[in-house]
Amino acid sequence: MSALTADAPEAASSTAGPKAASAAPRSVRRKNTALGLLAWVCGLLFVLPIAWMVLTSLHSESDAATNPPSLAAPLTLDGYRTFFEAGGGAGPWPALANSLMASVFSTLFVLVLALPAAYALSIRPVRKWRDVLFFFLSTKMLPIVAGLLPIYLFAKNTSFLDNIWLLVILYTSMNLPIAVWMMQSFLAEVPPALIEAAQIDGARLPTVLSRVVAPVAAPGIAATALICFIFSWNEMLFARVLTGVVAQTAPVFLTGFITSQGLFLAKVCAASLVISLPVLAAGFAAQDKLVQGLSLGAVK
Amino acid sequence: MSTPTTTAPGAHDEKRPPAARAAAAPKGPPNRLRGWVTRAPLLPALVFLIIVTQLPFAATLVVSFFDWNALYPEARSFGGFANYQEVLSDPELRDSVLTTAVLTAVVVLVSLVLGLLLALLLDRSFRGRGVVRTLLIAPFLLVPVAAALLWKHVLYNPEYGLFNGVLSWLFGDDAPQPEWVAEMPLGAVEMALIWQWTPFMMLILLAGLQSRPADSIEAARIDGAGAWQIFRYLTLPHLRRYLELGALLGSIYIVQNFDAVFTITSGGLGTANLPYTIYQTFYQGHEYGLASAAGVLVVIGSLIIATLALRVVSSLFREEVRA
Repeated sequence: MSALTADAPEAASSTAGPKAASAAPRSVRRKNTALGLLAWVCGLLFVLPIAWMVLTSLHSESDAATNPPSLAAPLTLDGYRTFFEAGGGAGPWPALANSLMASVFSTLFVLVLALPAAYALSIRPVRKWRDVLFFFLSTKMLPIVAGLLPIYLFAKNTSFLDNIWLLVILYTSMNLPIAVWMMQSFLAEVPPALIEAAQIDGARLPTVLSRVVAPVAAPGIAATALICFIFSWNEMLFARVLTGVVAQTAPVFLTGFITSQGLFLAKVCAASLVISLPVLAAGFAAQDKLVQGLSLGAVK
Repeated sequence: MSTPTTTAPGAHDEKRPPAARAAAAPKGPPNRLRGWVTRAPLLPALVFLIIVTQLPFAATLVVSFFDWNALYPEARSFGGFANYQEVLSDPELRDSVLTTAVLTAVVVLVSLVLGLLLALLLDRSFRGRGVVRTLLIAPFLLVPVAAALLWKHVLYNPEYGLFNGVLSWLFGDDAPQPEWVAEMPLGAVEMALIWQWTPFMMLILLAGLQSRPADSIEAARIDGAGAWQIFRYLTLPHLRRYLELGALLGSIYIVQNFDAVFTITSGGLGTANLPYTIYQTFYQGHEYGLASAAGVLVVIGSLIIATLALRVVSSLFREEVRA
């Protein structure tokens, strides 16, 4: 609504007299500035909790826990130091390594499985490729929690409980539908004429894929990988139920980190920021393709 | 079994009526071998997905008919629909169904409205537009558990959280110092989720706004349509699909929300939603049969939403293909 109000005076000016016409641009400009400012205020308001978290993470515990808040307290890295020394000295590194392993390997598996599938749904489509695509999507719409118990029982009766590879498998299946959808739409952007031309020139399939398809689809594939990475890194329900001491991931570590009594705000902020950092980095890197990934490819 | 197989709008690849042969089918005479060569790249992903996502659901369905508490494994017996009866008559579980519905509806609706307003603000040029967009996306890119911890401890904490800190700033010593989580537990969870999900809605709606045909708006303006009229009769109908998509995708993700409820209230004070209750029933209560029955009910509920969602996605998809 507000986007259009800015244009309203223009429409009005065409019917108004010459006096109004000279006044219109200024009021349009003023309204534009006001709405731009409003957008800035909203942006800052939304980011305020995060900014506050950054500031708190750099305060000492006693400065972090004052009321009213102390803005200008001296900065320190104590919060981060405590976090990295938590858990008997090992700190969050094993958990971060587990998260990294689960996210990276599941993303790799997703790519290995989704790329050929997307190829068979776009460049050389199977019959009824659209139905197959929708089948992939429909599996994503089922609540994870409903399949949790059998997976837990399976893990308990095999050696998969507290094993990071089980999470790798589950995260692969969690992200596969999204990846197939996204990559299908990216591969469909490769002009068929280009592929035909290469084939006429005698190029075989591997050459076509590496020289023709890959260059066009590479940015999309990268964005897909980043989004899969984010979802795996964020996941907590599976990780909580299926891992223990050995294979716990960063989000699980984070929830277990605040058991101690006393002041812990700076620590929590530092920990939350460190653990969110990979996601923030990946998310901003994939910013333009983020909507497409999150809407399962429906919005471009 | 009410697995997603039934929702896919006609995933009957095997039947393949000759009349319905897609234009996309490989050229040349129908050749069985050739068909399999085309299908081969698809199979690993399909088989993997069916094994990992459909088999556990089938198992859940089976378990849901058993009277099975893990603490008394020898007492396991077939119970028919007893678990379903218990789930549907257990006030705690019924409450969690209601909580799930309220939580999802409030978060989705509020973040849709806020997202729409923000998208409209961003759908115009002003200095630093890219920066504002980036700022707005940031909440969505916090690890959900980290975001929930941030709200619980750093913002809501009654003694030294930012909210009460700001109140003391504004009103001095006798400022009201509400116990946010204790006084409005569900509202506290909702606020945190709305903060994280508004950016998502904004991104979808912004994409919708930017796909608006400029010429019809120009034409309406020349014909003397006011800003409100353009919004009401042109922008809103165009956005309808995107609003539906945002609502449905948001519902799918938020119905399943576990992290915020688990972190902010630990399911206490009437905030336990279905995922949390199921988690608790089997992980702490060891009631495997009951948890499975509740899980099956969640699946049925999700299938209803999912069928609608698939329809919307499919209509957007077809529109795009035509364009």
